[in-house]
Amino acid sequence: MNQDRARPWLLSAPALVLFLVMLVTPLVMTAVLSFNSFDFYGGIKPTFGLENYADVLGDSYFYEIFGRTFLIALVTTLICALVGTPQAYFLLRMRPLWRSVMILVVLGPLLISVVVRTLGWAILLGNNGVINDALKNLALIDRPIKMMYTSGGIVLALVHVMIPFMILAVWAALQRQDPATEKAAESLGARPATVFRRIVLPQAMPGILSGSLIVFSLSASAFATPAILGGRRVKVVSTTVYDEFLNTLNWPLGAAIAIILLVSVLAIMVAWNRLVEKRFAGVFE
Amino acid sequence: MRRNGVFAKLFSLVFALFMLAPLVVVVGVSFTPEGFLEFPPSGISLRWFRAILDNPDFIDAAIVSLQLGVASATIATAICIPAALAIGGGRFPGRDALQALFLSPLTVPTVVLGIAFLRFLSTLGLNGTFWGLVFCHVVIIVPFVLRLVLASVVGLDPSIARAATSLGAPSLTVFRRITLPAIIPGVVGGWVLAFITSFDELTVTVFIVNPATTTLPVKLFSHITQTTDPLVASVSTVAILFTVALMLVVDRIYGLDRLLIGEGSH
Repeated sequence: MNQDRARPWLLSAPALVLFLVMLVTPLVMTAVLSFNSFDFYGGIKPTFGLENYADVLGDSYFYEIFGRTFLIALVTTLICALVGTPQAYFLLRMRPLWRSVMILVVLGPLLISVVVRTLGWAILLGNNGVINDALKNLALIDRPIKMMYTSGGIVLALVHVMIPFMILAVWAALQRQDPATEKAAESLGARPATVFRRIVLPQAMPGILSGSLIVFSLSASAFATPAILGGRRVKVVSTTVYDEFLNTLNWPLGAAIAIILLVSVLAIMVAWNRLVEKRFAGVFE
Repeated sequence: MRRNGVFAKLFSLVFALFMLAPLVVVVGVSFTPEGFLEFPPSGISLRWFRAILDNPDFIDAAIVSLQLGVASATIATAICIPAALAIGGGRFPGRDALQALFLSPLTVPTVVLGIAFLRFLSTLGLNGTFWGLVFCHVVIIVPFVLRLVLASVVGLDPSIARAATSLGAPSLTVFRRITLPAIIPGVVGGWVLAFITSFDELTVTVFIVNPATTTLPVKLFSHITQTTDPLVASVSTVAILFTVALMLVVDRIYGLDRLLIGEGSH
C-alpha cells in the first residue's frame, strides 16, 4: 500500500528534480535579482529594495513600451481570431486530399524557425522589398510604404507566426461539434452565412477563446519577430529586457521588467479564464 | 456536410499564399547571383550555397543545434515516459499540481525563462556550456513531450499490464514488452516535436550561448541583425528543406495534425 502511494512520485522524481533545480530555482533567483541594485562601476549589489520597480513604473518610456507590446499582442490576437476561425471551418469542409495539403500549409510553418519566417517578412516588407516593388511596378504608389520598423509590420509577421495556434484550437473545438446541427439548420432553409453565425460560431467559441489566450500570451512575449522587424526603433518588452541584459548589463532592472511582464501576462490569463468561465458557464456544463 | 463554396475556396487560396509567401521569398532569394537580397532573383546561381561552405561558423552552429536537439529531446523523452505513466496512471494527491508544474514552461514568457537560465547558469559558472544549454532546452521541451506521451498513456488498457503482472512478469518486463510498445507512437511523436522545438529555439538560447556553443537560430539571428546578404537566405533554405523532409516523414508515420494537436484526431 505504502509502495503504491510512493510509486507515482518515484516515477515523476527525475522530472520533478530537474524542474525544481532548472526552473523553480532560476525563477526565484530572477525574482530576487529584480530587488537588487546596480551601478555602472560596482555591478550588481545584493541589496533588497523596490527601486527597480519604481524606476519602471515611474517612467513614461517604459509605459510606452508595455503599452505598445500589449497593443501589438491584442491586434494580432483579433486578426488571428477573425481569419483563423473561418479558415478552420473551411478546413473541416474540404475534400480529404485538399485538407491534407492545407494542413501541411497551415501547420508546416510552425515547424520552421521563427527567425527564418521573419527573414521572409523582412524581404517582403522592406522599402525596396517585394511588396513595395510590386506596388511601384503597378504604378499604384510613387513612394514606398514604410512597413519595416513599424508596429504594423510586426503585427503582420506575428499573425503569420501565431495563426496556426488559433486554427488548431478552433479546429479541435469544431471536431467535437455534432455535424447534424448544421444539417438540421440547412434543411430548415438557413443560408450558409446564417449557419456559420448561428450554429458553427457558438460551437467554435471555446476554441476561439482558448486560441486567443495562447496567441495573446505568445505575442506579448515574442522576441525574434519584433527584434528583426522593429529593431531599436520599435521596442517591445522582450527586446528591452534583451538590451538591459546583454547591452546595458543592468541585470536587476532587466529582471524587474521581465517580472512585470510575467505577472501581467499571468494576471491577464487568469482574468480571461474567469471571464470565459462566467460568460460561458452554460456551454461547458 | 456541405462542401466549401466559391468564397471559402478563394479565402483558403489567399490564406495559403499568405502562409507560403515568406518561405517562398526566402528560398527564391537564396538562388540570386547578386550580392544583395533581390526577389525575384535576376538569375539562378548556387553562389550563396557555395558560400555556406566558406563560412564554417554556420556549419559549426548547425552541428551544435543538431547535437543539442538530439541530446535534449532524448533526455526529455526519458524523463517524460515515467512521469506520464505516473500522471496518466490514475489519481493521487498532488497529481494536478505536478502536471501543472511540468506544463508551466508553456505559460512563462520565453524571455523570462531566458534571463532566469542566464542568471542561474552564470551563478554556477556554467553559462555557455553545452550541457547547460541541454538542460535548459529539456525544461522548455518537456511540456511538448509530456502532452503527447500522456495522450497515448491515457488510451492504455490497464488490464493487459495487470494480466502480465499476475502471470509473474517483473515490472521492467511489463514496461518493455507491454507498455512501451503500446505508447511508442506518442513517444516517437514527442521526441520529434521536442527535437524540432529545440532545433528552432531562439529566445531562450540567445541569452545562454557563447561563441563556441552558438546554435543555428542564434547565428542566423545575429547575422540578420548585423548585415543583409543572401547568405542568411541560403542557410535558411537548407534549414527549410531539412524541416520539410522531417515533416513529411513525421506526417507519414504519425500525422502532422496529431503531432501538433496532441490528441487522436484520425
